[in-house]
Amino acid sequence: MSEIVDILISASFWAAVLRIASPLIFATMGELICERAGVLNLGIEGIMVIGAFSGWIAVYSGLPLWGGVAVAMLAGMGFGALHAVLTVPFGLSQHVVGIGITLLATSSAYYAYRLSLPQVTSPPRIEPFQPVQIPGLSDLPFVGPALFSQTPLTYFAFLTVLVVALVLYRTPLGLALRAVGENPGAVEAQGLSVTALRMGAVIFGSGLMAVGGAFLTISAFSSFFFEMVNGRGWICIALVVFGAWSPSRALLGALLFAAFDALQIRLQQTGFGTLVPYQVFLMIPYVLSILALILMSRRANVPAALMVPYNRGER
Amino acid sequence: MRLEAIASPTLVRSLGLPALALVATFVVGGLLAMLAGADPLATFGLIVKGAAGSRFALLETLNRATPLIFTGLAVAVAFRARLWNIGAEAQLYAGALITVLIGTRLALPGPVLIPLMGLGALLAGGVVLLGPVLLKTRLGVDEVVTTLLFNFIMLLLISLLLEGPMKDPLGMGWPKSEAIPRDARLPRIVDGLRLHWGFGLALLSAVAIWVIQTRTTLGYEIRAVGLNAEAARFAGVPVGAVMVKTALLSGGLAALAGYSEVAGLKGNLTLDLSPGFGYTGIVVAMLALLHPLGVVVSALFVAGIFVGADGMSRAAEVPTYIADILLACALLFMVLAILLTKFRVLRG
Repeated sequence: MSEIVDILISASFWAAVLRIASPLIFATMGELICERAGVLNLGIEGIMVIGAFSGWIAVYSGLPLWGGVAVAMLAGMGFGALHAVLTVPFGLSQHVVGIGITLLATSSAYYAYRLSLPQVTSPPRIEPFQPVQIPGLSDLPFVGPALFSQTPLTYFAFLTVLVVALVLYRTPLGLALRAVGENPGAVEAQGLSVTALRMGAVIFGSGLMAVGGAFLTISAFSSFFFEMVNGRGWICIALVVFGAWSPSRALLGALLFAAFDALQIRLQQTGFGTLVPYQVFLMIPYVLSILALILMSRRANVPAALMVPYNRGER
Repeated sequence: MRLEAIASPTLVRSLGLPALALVATFVVGGLLAMLAGADPLATFGLIVKGAAGSRFALLETLNRATPLIFTGLAVAVAFRARLWNIGAEAQLYAGALITVLIGTRLALPGPVLIPLMGLGALLAGGVVLLGPVLLKTRLGVDEVVTTLLFNFIMLLLISLLLEGPMKDPLGMGWPKSEAIPRDARLPRIVDGLRLHWGFGLALLSAVAIWVIQTRTTLGYEIRAVGLNAEAARFAGVPVGAVMVKTALLSGGLAALAGYSEVAGLKGNLTLDLSPGFGYTGIVVAMLALLHPLGVVVSALFVAGIFVGADGMSRAAEVPTYIADILLACALLFMVLAILLTKFRVLRG
């Protein structure tokens, strides 16, 4: 037990929690926006892969780091647009289209990687985002190194939650978005376009997912690996459910989840790690996600029109 | 735009649009080949040659199609009941695991082991899918996410077993299991040709599922639940029980893919037994419009693309991932084409 306490009182543990949570926060916010507007986006896993690849390759070919973020966002929005066209105006099965987008985005990233770097055996590296010290805050004892010695994208992730929450709950656009996920007919009656709102939500949400993927390659690590997203997208879908479709609670879920993940990585290096096979530790995130889904199943306030396509003029 | 149902689509529409979807897929493929600096037609020629250009290539395609028929059927059966089983990969590995456990731990003669391993796999796959399905029917937990997450958990479990209790002591340190005995392998269909009875079992399964779907009460109930679960419940169909039976059937079919790969082809269990057969099964099932006999045709098509792309990339500078892109495009174009056979797009 004392080992766990030692880990919990170290600043590096909390710094790792924020770092691990960052890609999840971006992608969870992206998925949350899609689902609040009534569209389940199972393309998330593949869109994170394309974000990770395109952001990285942009920086590798000479763009600045923020340029890489922008390229990732645009690539994500591109695949998001495809998802949006197929599921919103055409109303195709969101399950099938989502899986299709994940397959397409993942294989496109792998194809482009092989094409642009045919000869490499070990993935080349870039110079990733470095931690930024915030004057005053970063000098605080414990809190400074724990919370305020992060790369810019991590601060940006928290800012994203704030903006998403403000827009969803404090603006007419947010009201329309939430309404279109609950009762699209009523939104239509207000003279707003259900199609435009939903497509916009899916496209923008997909952009955020891709930024989450790009965090992995240009902030957390410095290379692109195959299978580096490794189910994070599916975990984010579970986090949206766990957060009951609320940005602040989803943020809490992502942090809680990251804390468990950071803890298991550190536990592997203690006496525990020699007793228990490492695969058990690696299973924890997936098992936790399933437990979170079970825990929330009884009181989930699912958007009423989630996965229900809307066809104008049809009752 | 909005959609308007077409009362009776013309034959040109119902056949032409799916054909157009395939053409569009290959146009994308051609563009991708050009991106790689290759000649599109030559690339497709190499893919066809790699898939069916020789007796060896053709047998390789049939072998590759075998697990895809099983996983394709697993997905088709489940999706028909609107049970979104995205976990065929986990069920496949469960089947492979039980096959190896029975085959290596029970000292029984081969003719007893062969059916016993198959039954064990069938059961194991069903049980693996039962968890997510009970969570769905009892607690309303979405099965898409749980079945997806189970894929990762199952692979880690297999990795744990292969590096621990099931590790082959003679495996030179590689994480692989001991092999099942020679006489417990599925025999070749024709002597001297590298095609095992797993393929025969896959064809039989497709026919069996077709019979179940069209000639039995269960098949009728599955369709009723898939079309409208509420209406089915109102009409007295035990929806929960039908879901459970569908899960056992679907999970079991996916597990047979693992059984057939181990007992027919590989002999032992490794972490790369399946290069995503479970996920590809979704594409196979959708291209077949969830029809069990169609699954056989689409599995052959999909296997051909994979085997062909392998052969092609040895000769040309086009990465094999072109096969995965082609299939994803085929899936998306096909679902759109099928929709447009039934609906007309109106403006405004």
